[in-house]
Amino acid sequence: MRVIVPLQAVVQGRGGLVLGSLIPCALFYFLQFYLRRNRPSSSSPPPPSSASGSNLPELASIPRSLSRGLLSPRGSFGPARLSSRGTAVVRDDDNPYYVGLKRCADDPYNRSINPQGFLLLGLAENRLSLDIIQDWLVKNWKESLLLDDEEEELSIQGLATYQPYDGSMDLKTAVAEFMGQVMQGSVSFNPSHVVLTAGATPAVETLGFCLADPGDAFLVPSPYYPGWDRDIKWRTGVELIPVPCRSTDNFSISIAALELAYNQVKKRGMKVRAVLVSNPSNPVGSLIDRETLCGLLDFVMEKNIHLISDEIFAGSTYGSDKFVSVAEVLDAESFDKSRVHIIYGLSKDLAVPGFRVGVIYSYNENVLAAASKLARFSSISAPTQRLLISMLSDRKFISEYLAVNRARLHDMHALFVDGLKQLGIKCASSSGGFYCWADMSMFIRPYSEKGELKLWDNLLNVAKVNVTPGSSCHCIEPGWFRCCFTTLTEKDVPTVMERIQKITKSN
Amino acid sequence: MAKKGVPLSEMATSDTHGEDSPYFVGWKVYDENPYDAASNPSGVIQMGLAENQVSFDLLEDYLEQHPQEFGWGCGVSSFRENALFQDYHGLKTFTRAVALFMEQIRGGRTQFDPQHIVLTAGATAANELLTFILADPGDGLLIPTPYYPGFDRDLRWRTGVNIIPVHCNSSNGFQITLRALEDACAGAESMKVRVKGLLLTNPSNPLGTTITRPVLEEILDFVAHKDIHLISDEIYSGSVFSSDEFVSMTEIVESRGHQERERVHIVYSLSKDLGLPGYRVGTIYSYNNEVVTTARRMSSFTLVSSQTQKMLASLLSDKEFTENYLRTNRERLKKRYEFVVEGLSNAGIRCLQGNAGLFCWMNLGELLEEPTVEGELSLWNLMLHEAKLNISPGSSCHCLEAGWFRVCFANMSQQTLEVALMRMKDFTEKMKAKQMISSL
Repeated sequence: MRVIVPLQAVVQGRGGLVLGSLIPCALFYFLQFYLRRNRPSSSSPPPPSSASGSNLPELASIPRSLSRGLLSPRGSFGPARLSSRGTAVVRDDDNPYYVGLKRCADDPYNRSINPQGFLLLGLAENRLSLDIIQDWLVKNWKESLLLDDEEEELSIQGLATYQPYDGSMDLKTAVAEFMGQVMQGSVSFNPSHVVLTAGATPAVETLGFCLADPGDAFLVPSPYYPGWDRDIKWRTGVELIPVPCRSTDNFSISIAALELAYNQVKKRGMKVRAVLVSNPSNPVGSLIDRETLCGLLDFVMEKNIHLISDEIFAGSTYGSDKFVSVAEVLDAESFDKSRVHIIYGLSKDLAVPGFRVGVIYSYNENVLAAASKLARFSSISAPTQRLLISMLSDRKFISEYLAVNRARLHDMHALFVDGLKQLGIKCASSSGGFYCWADMSMFIRPYSEKGELKLWDNLLNVAKVNVTPGSSCHCIEPGWFRCCFTTLTEKDVPTVMERIQKITKSN
Repeated sequence: MAKKGVPLSEMATSDTHGEDSPYFVGWKVYDENPYDAASNPSGVIQMGLAENQVSFDLLEDYLEQHPQEFGWGCGVSSFRENALFQDYHGLKTFTRAVALFMEQIRGGRTQFDPQHIVLTAGATAANELLTFILADPGDGLLIPTPYYPGFDRDLRWRTGVNIIPVHCNSSNGFQITLRALEDACAGAESMKVRVKGLLLTNPSNPLGTTITRPVLEEILDFVAHKDIHLISDEIYSGSVFSSDEFVSMTEIVESRGHQERERVHIVYSLSKDLGLPGYRVGTIYSYNNEVVTTARRMSSFTLVSSQTQKMLASLLSDKEFTENYLRTNRERLKKRYEFVVEGLSNAGIRCLQGNAGLFCWMNLGELLEEPTVEGELSLWNLMLHEAKLNISPGSSCHCLEAGWFRVCFANMSQQTLEVALMRMKDFTEKMKAKQMISSL
């Protein structure tokens, strides 16, 4: 999810600490607005407002003659064209998932400053508990970041030089422990099975490079996270084959459907190399139960392929169902571990997507060896590593954070789902993630992808609510939408519902 | 334990990562037995790592004076939006600071538009990203030899692109000639490989020299004529001993009124000039909007930590600091270089006349048993295991002439450097004595 962080993130805080920056930030925000309106157009999309809150002068787009002169009217038809890979990327513009995010970026909702702005229900970002982390940082940043172990002085010794590309052992250890805490002690993770990357995005791409050759395929139960279409397909040449799940059983994974898809793909002459699932599911928010996990493990064993389990929302569960990691099932039963790989990261559960911390957890030595070498293209910045080692090692803080965060997710989820219910919109049953999977099929006309996109468009451009349409997630049933609630506060929910109702009423 | 496990990809099982080459083998030997003046004085001295530690104290001083900015970045109160910030345009204050820094390095002779900067986690990622964008699998990239050994892996492994060496030799100080470029192109054509671009490193790694203006002009003409791209990796541009000896490709482009700019792309990073390789900050600067857009989207795989961007924004925007840093760094590197060249000369070893970088390009041709790659590697091996010095053999850099070696001098203290030079002297004397005896 690539979107700027609007300045109101500062304002929406719960801590008193942030109020002190409200007025200067508001003024700053208005200045940005004003300057942007008066800026000469350029061919590239206007840079989003950088909400750094820093006190450096923000020289918002001084019109330098150079940028004007760089407008290239002919693009890739001019001299020295892009490669076909490059061209595919530059043209990859139409997915509503990205269109929506981009649209909102310049005019994001803020209850006090910009109440008419876009509601960011298409962004799975958790702002509910950042105040807790901020409080910790205020107390601990100096020690955590700069203290030399021996010297007790501020120092960047040890940060500046080359580090292991796949992350320091200290951070791997801290992350492995964090994963254990996140999964509530049901399983423990071994740091030497960890490869760290700059975000989960390169983590999943790296697995794409390691487990399959160009032209091969992954089976992916759908609906699935729209980002995978880029993350995995763009450069690896691996195809993603959606395996549709149905609303009749809450979009659960069906081994029979996987079997069918596998055979169909084989008939087309392609090789299936892995099954890729997310658990908790993005976009549905449901958990995969133990029985299905065993079914998946049996399936991949039988076909001699891999299983990738993206468990990035494992710590963001709030329902009564308990999350079961595939690691837990592997520990308990005697499945072949060498074909199982887990994707994780700190972007969701610890709400620090800007820091770029992703994890490949694999039981396969060869995959680890290859992935750790490939990590050189996406390594985590050293000072960030050090800060996180310190933070994650404060286990008491982490366990408090996880508990409070879960409670807040639970409450917001309940509030939001209830709000939708009042509008006659039912959601799939979910126990994790930052979103609910809402059935708006009764409001679309015709009952098809076209109708769904019409509704999406109205919601976006008329009601200024950005949600993710099911078709972006390869959902086979039209009318489902992923609505994220974690960028909101309680007070925003009625506004959200009002706006949605504006559209649904007219349908 | 079933040996025949679940199959992996070709990529995972191939050795294109190149980590079996001497360049990396030497590192491993060093890792197992690293020199330390106090605790391991007979260990291996690492002269194969181009890392800049000579000006580290300047950074530490800055930290002392500005703990908030450099330590965290203007106050923790803005942590929230920083932690959430993953916009791949980068933090505005940071990209502006990077643009300013790059301008300063070039003495203000060219301008950089921050909107054309794409951030990546290191120059390694920047070079690979450009390769993905400009070339398809099976295409070719021209690269003058000798070149940085890492390119074999960084530019080919995942991209499937070929490297077409443009061979340079000592007859003219390893300068790139039109003839060499034409020959390389002809060779590619005969192998049915489509050449998509030329990648230069300027200043050169491993040569430690800057490319002269006339040669740069010739190169730009060449790529224009062939209608291919030009990547200028200027990662050592701030490490030129004398600031007026570096001419950036951007200057050539600007001097031509921005003609041919659409095919020129610059790579830069803070790893060498600023000595912060651990921070993972690299950039692509392109005049070509499509390349910028595409690179920006693809940078999703290799974003720079928002925290790091914040920390460095104030440092790089501090003109007083950067001016002083650049000037001091240059002076110290120059001093080191001269010290090394003198030391090597005392050992009877010649070096290529260099004016930049963190290393020098020395010639041990006289000590080879045979003027071949094998001869070179056997000498390299002896140096590694007997003299306990890890240096980089020219063959790893695809140098066609045997006997050249790259020696790094900025990644250690002055004292360690003195020990290394002494070992070098002892070693060469021993080798020469051996040669004399065997020729009797």
